[in-house]
Amino acid sequence: MRGATQVKWAACAVAVALAATACGGGDSGGGGGGADGIVSSSWGDPQNPLEPANTNEVQGGKVLDMIFRGLKKYDPKTGEATNMLAEKIETKDNQNFTITVKDGWTFSNGEKITAKSFVDAWNYGALLKNNQKNAYFFGYIDGYDKVHPETGTASATTLSGLKQVNDMTFSVKLTQKFSLWPDTLGYPAFAPLPKAFFTDHAAWVSKPIGNGPYTIDKYTKGSSMDLRKWDDYPGDDKAQNGGIDLKVYTDNNTAYTDLTAGNLDLVDDVPASQLKNVKSDLGDRYINTPAGIIQTLAFPFYDPQWNTAGAIKVRQGLSMAINREQITNQIFQKTRTPASDWTSPVLGEDGGFKKGLCGKECTYNAAEAKKMIQDGGGIPGGQLKISYNADTGSHKEWVDAVCNSINKVMGNNKACVGAPVGTFADFRSQVSQQKLHGAWRAGWQMDYPLIQNFLQPVYYSNASSNDGKWNNKQFDSLVNKANAESDKAKAVSTFQDAEKVMVQQMPVIPLWYQNGSAGYSENVTNVSLNQFSVPVYEQIKVK
Amino acid sequence: MGRYVIRRLLQMIPVFFGTTLLIFLMVNVMGDPIAGLCGDRQCDPATAAQLRSEFGLDKPVWQQYLTYMGNVFTGDFGTAFNGQKVTELMATAFPITIRLTLVAIFFEIVIGISLGVVTGLRRGRPIDTTVLILTLVVISIPTFVTGLLLQLLLGVEWGVIKPSVSSEAPLNELIIPGLVVASVSLAYVTRLTRTSIAENARADYVRTATAKGLPRRRVVVRHLLRNSLIPVVTFIGTDVGALMGGAIVTERIFNIHGVGYQLYQGILRQNSQTVVGFVTVLVLVFLAANLIVDLLYAVLDPRIRYA
Repeated sequence: MRGATQVKWAACAVAVALAATACGGGDSGGGGGGADGIVSSSWGDPQNPLEPANTNEVQGGKVLDMIFRGLKKYDPKTGEATNMLAEKIETKDNQNFTITVKDGWTFSNGEKITAKSFVDAWNYGALLKNNQKNAYFFGYIDGYDKVHPETGTASATTLSGLKQVNDMTFSVKLTQKFSLWPDTLGYPAFAPLPKAFFTDHAAWVSKPIGNGPYTIDKYTKGSSMDLRKWDDYPGDDKAQNGGIDLKVYTDNNTAYTDLTAGNLDLVDDVPASQLKNVKSDLGDRYINTPAGIIQTLAFPFYDPQWNTAGAIKVRQGLSMAINREQITNQIFQKTRTPASDWTSPVLGEDGGFKKGLCGKECTYNAAEAKKMIQDGGGIPGGQLKISYNADTGSHKEWVDAVCNSINKVMGNNKACVGAPVGTFADFRSQVSQQKLHGAWRAGWQMDYPLIQNFLQPVYYSNASSNDGKWNNKQFDSLVNKANAESDKAKAVSTFQDAEKVMVQQMPVIPLWYQNGSAGYSENVTNVSLNQFSVPVYEQIKVK
Repeated sequence: MGRYVIRRLLQMIPVFFGTTLLIFLMVNVMGDPIAGLCGDRQCDPATAAQLRSEFGLDKPVWQQYLTYMGNVFTGDFGTAFNGQKVTELMATAFPITIRLTLVAIFFEIVIGISLGVVTGLRRGRPIDTTVLILTLVVISIPTFVTGLLLQLLLGVEWGVIKPSVSSEAPLNELIIPGLVVASVSLAYVTRLTRTSIAENARADYVRTATAKGLPRRRVVVRHLLRNSLIPVVTFIGTDVGALMGGAIVTERIFNIHGVGYQLYQGILRQNSQTVVGFVTVLVLVFLAANLIVDLLYAVLDPRIRYA
């Protein structure tokens, strides 16, 4: 019966297929629990090579957080910067700092950490030749303009403001007074680097060596990284688990599916489409806590029609025309909080967050909003276009909702429209080349939990991320004054005074504070997110 | 035959240059990729300028293309933005996708052709109608629906498979994704075979073969099927290229780090080196598959051999 053999063959193939998958489906992660248990966690492919001063996004930052410890560390609960590798940081004038490094710390390859480990790393990070995307973090240090000129080639290879005093001490001279500067040193860009980084750079990048609670056991670029507890880690924040297996997912929906199927322990980015189900799927294993991220609408001040006295009223009116409460509830399922200042709740009251600082200008009021916009001469050009990138982040939904809210207030269906841009790169290049003449979606993710970080890099004249080119002398001088203040409370309140200038000028419209959201399996406990919305990996316990 | 192959190979050259140039231009039109590298903040101008010159983005497009093609012929496909060689990316992505494609083709051939033969020989019977309706259903449902549904049912609800494929992507984990990738083509293969078989079943040579007293299975397999396979082979051949490039959706759903995933990332990050490199290889695969199809004709039907 040769005719039938084919059918038989097919039947066999299907049977084999089902059998094979059945075998494949049996074993699920797990393994030994307790302090040696391994936690599996979702990951995204880092955009840049893993170097402390070259990593500017969350995925690479996660790894640096596990394998590096710097002079300071931000408390995962309060965000307070506490000394980690720093024995002491002293200053008399808020401009010259002397930093003493704690004795007894080593890299995981046994090399001792000295002042030189920091000086070399910082000089490397600042030097233009090395293409480090976070180089501007060293911009406050004297001599930065020599090693990293805006155009042309560097005329020096080391920062003149950075000097090694002795084995464990080095001094830093800043270009300006900056009292909160020591608190910025918890940022990964300021991490120390071992000699191996400089002598065999390619090998280091393929398997980085740091000084944090974990060491990298296996790194397959683009697909996974296995981190293991470093038993000799000298810090007091030792890992509570045996290690973390990071798995790159092509889509965060798949990661979420894997979590619900029990193949994954931790997802630190719950996809927007699952927010409706997350409570029923995970119950109290779902985390939704504030993160240091604020989303805003920015305006082009290089365009004269937005830089008028009338336009101020228009912007204030637009801000009042946005029903933040409704949008955060319906579109974001409460994973955003309506913003009423330009910072973030993670700073806390002492750190400079002030709920309601923006006042009525950031509160929905349809009648008043319409009046303000009309008093200001109407929307420049007759229509507000809000540009956003359509490829990631599901921005379309909320941009449409914001426009809807504005249109309703104006009683005009065409008062506001969304203007999608295909890719993030194209969107960013349009923003940075000042091609946009309407509003655009903007956001700020903090580098360190300081009010300074929410204001100076984004709104100070010609600051690195002041994309709209807003400038205001009063704001600038208040920021300068705040930076020179040696008393922290006073510095914070001066920064808030600068923020009040923003209420009167409304250079950008604050929309909402973004939360970090995560979900975890029944295998693990003690999962939390820090202020950067990164899981506090070393505290996770395996059942 | 030899001249025919050579002519076909020569035809590949302009196609190869044309497609790569087109892709190169398309990626370039999308704008400045460096702007996306620094996240929501602006890259500082000096670093951006340096990165641009490192990736050759500061030169005119035609010059970029020439340098790029020059490098390609020495086996250098450039570097992706994350510092990895594109050839390295290919070395990890292509084996996985090839495996997935093989699984898909296997299903197409085994299930598709056998269903086609069965229904073609039993036209109008209940089994024929059932299969026809089934294939219609499969064709009309988009692959991402089938993919997500199977993932949810088999992976989450019943726990038969793992919802995501591990990074090594062994064959047994690729069976369900392979089935999903193959599903639509499989339905077409079934229908093509069915029609072709039904048509040829009434041909003179089949009647002759039957009249000679040959056993039925020999008539079906040796005479009827061999002649009826020509359109099917054409379809499967061209499908190889389509499957490799078009698995983007399925690869995303099942977390397969293959060609589709790398292409998707390359496009999102506007990394022309990755995109052009991968597409170049895909074009080559497509051309090779077409060539093989043409050569297979000659095997199936000697009359085509000297054309």
